[in-house]
Amino acid sequence: MSKGRFGIHGGQYVPETLMNAVNELEEAYAYYKNDEAFNRELTTLLNEYAGRPSLLYFAKNMTEDLGGAKIYLKREDLNHTGAHKINNVLGQVLLAKKMGKTRVIAETGAGQHGVATATAATLMGMECEIFMGKEDTERQALNVYKMRLLGAKVHAVTSGTATLKDAVSETMREWAGRLKDTHYVLGSVMGPHPFPTIVRDFQAVISREIKQQILEKEGRLPDAVLACVGGGSNAIGAFYHFIEDPSVQLIGCEAAGRGVDTFETAATISTGKLGIFHGMKSYFCQDEFGQIAPVYSISAGLDYPGVGPEHAALYDTGRAQYVPVTDDEAVNAFEYLSRMEGIIPAIESAHAVAHAIKIAPSFRKDQIIVVNISGRGDKDCAAIARYRGEEIAE
Amino acid sequence: MNRIQNAFAHGKTLIVFLTCGDPDLESTERFIETAARSGADLIELGIPFSDPTAEGKVIQEANLRALRGGATTDRIFEMVKRVRDKVEIPLVFAAYANVVFSYGIERFFSTAAASGADGIMLHDIPYEEMEEFAPVCEKYGMEYISQVSGESGNRIPMIARKGKGFLCCAAFSESGSTDNGILSQAAAVTKSIRGVSSLPVVLNAGNALENIQEMAACGDGVIVDVPVVERIAKYGREADASLAEYIGALKETLKKAGQ
Repeated sequence: MSKGRFGIHGGQYVPETLMNAVNELEEAYAYYKNDEAFNRELTTLLNEYAGRPSLLYFAKNMTEDLGGAKIYLKREDLNHTGAHKINNVLGQVLLAKKMGKTRVIAETGAGQHGVATATAATLMGMECEIFMGKEDTERQALNVYKMRLLGAKVHAVTSGTATLKDAVSETMREWAGRLKDTHYVLGSVMGPHPFPTIVRDFQAVISREIKQQILEKEGRLPDAVLACVGGGSNAIGAFYHFIEDPSVQLIGCEAAGRGVDTFETAATISTGKLGIFHGMKSYFCQDEFGQIAPVYSISAGLDYPGVGPEHAALYDTGRAQYVPVTDDEAVNAFEYLSRMEGIIPAIESAHAVAHAIKIAPSFRKDQIIVVNISGRGDKDCAAIARYRGEEIAE
Repeated sequence: MNRIQNAFAHGKTLIVFLTCGDPDLESTERFIETAARSGADLIELGIPFSDPTAEGKVIQEANLRALRGGATTDRIFEMVKRVRDKVEIPLVFAAYANVVFSYGIERFFSTAAASGADGIMLHDIPYEEMEEFAPVCEKYGMEYISQVSGESGNRIPMIARKGKGFLCCAAFSESGSTDNGILSQAAAVTKSIRGVSSLPVVLNAGNALENIQEMAACGDGVIVDVPVVERIAKYGREADASLAEYIGALKETLKKAGQ
């Protein structure tokens, strides 16, 4: 079996052209992850620049309203650039710099990863180019502007379905054509080894903090941790340090779009099957001949036909569960959290909030649910207004 | 001598790439016959994939045209079976791993071999992952073709030693980690292979058609893909005459390279 496996998943299913690049990255990461100076520098960036640690907030109103478990929100939305994406990006761009690269490229769905990459590139003096599906550039015009403002060049990808999967494909092609000075800052726990491991390690700060914070506040571990799952980086970050604690339920919330019984869904674990794509073996939405299915979700950040290999393995072993959440449920949760707690979550994160709303009442009052609010919802306001039939100028 | 070995026994080998089902499978069947008659020594048959991450715009478009035209793995096997009754030219599939994996690796290779295909190359299966596919491929008597690139460097000996059929060298980059031109990259890769393997070396001329004679001189043959697919994109079902003329001219060029 090849390297980078999570159970049967993962691996390095990439063209030969990219093998030396992923090997170079693997070697560099193996060195720097244990390098004290690197870790010190990264911690300083996370604390002084990104605003870590992020708060673990007790959602009192929501807890009282739902009448079940105590609900805590992990506030990744309060990070600089407004989402968990910055955790991974600061790590990878710093790593790229240590490797002597001068240019970074990245895919983006909702634009959060693109904005974070452009931010870190500017901070560390790197050239930056972002690939974004054309449809997403239209859904998330504000983020496109932000990336340009930050000095990045944004390419609107028109191939295929012009969404996140096509942006990933295009960034891989770009990388294969220019390896020498360029690092591909992959935005989620997906792709060929070593990316799923690197991104997970950089996002694991989320569960490290949750664990410490909940022990301080409650003196015990939570009963459940909920996070939305597209590729799965915020979820693996929120789960990682609880994997060895069997009393903590880990629940990933997938984007079901208009429903798992329709074709307009992006719920990979609910509707996909085992396959090989974008460098990894995992579950993918696909047809009977292995053609990758067009997927749909109101959330551009979850609109991806696959899921990271470590999630696929956590699903196989039953350590984590994965549940579908529809557009409607997510939009309701988006509005609910805004009104209940004065916190406007990203529509991605609203998928996790929606599931918390569903399950919290069936928990005892002494039980604890932590919901990872992976990002803030400013970017989604215009789209949600549109969903409710209201046109507003962005 | 099998069909692939035979294709390398008569001077420089001309490999023509076609995407199965572009614009439809009846046309592909005819194009194979046309290419064989016009001087192609081996046909590389791309099985279309929704997300051809290893390929540039021209072949991406061909993949999507083929899928829109209704090409499926089953129909492609049927087409290969029909054409195999008419031509002896070796047919080597080029596919993405998921197409093979989702069909069932065992079932894919048994069906492909029974339809008359001679080999396969998988774009997104590097040396490290080949054990999942190559032994099954060989079990059914097909050659598992390995690929190297201008970026492979010190990986070449390891890949070449495990190669079967021929070695395919593609993706020479203008801005990769080697600063040399495409021709000197091709020469370096070929030299590195020759040190450890006696397999024929085939170079992908890419868009650099002006280099085709030098490319051919450097290895044992060339693969021509983009210019062929462009002709099909332009003329569609009517591409036969254009393909015949173009492939004929390529063959003449290769004969000169072989002298």
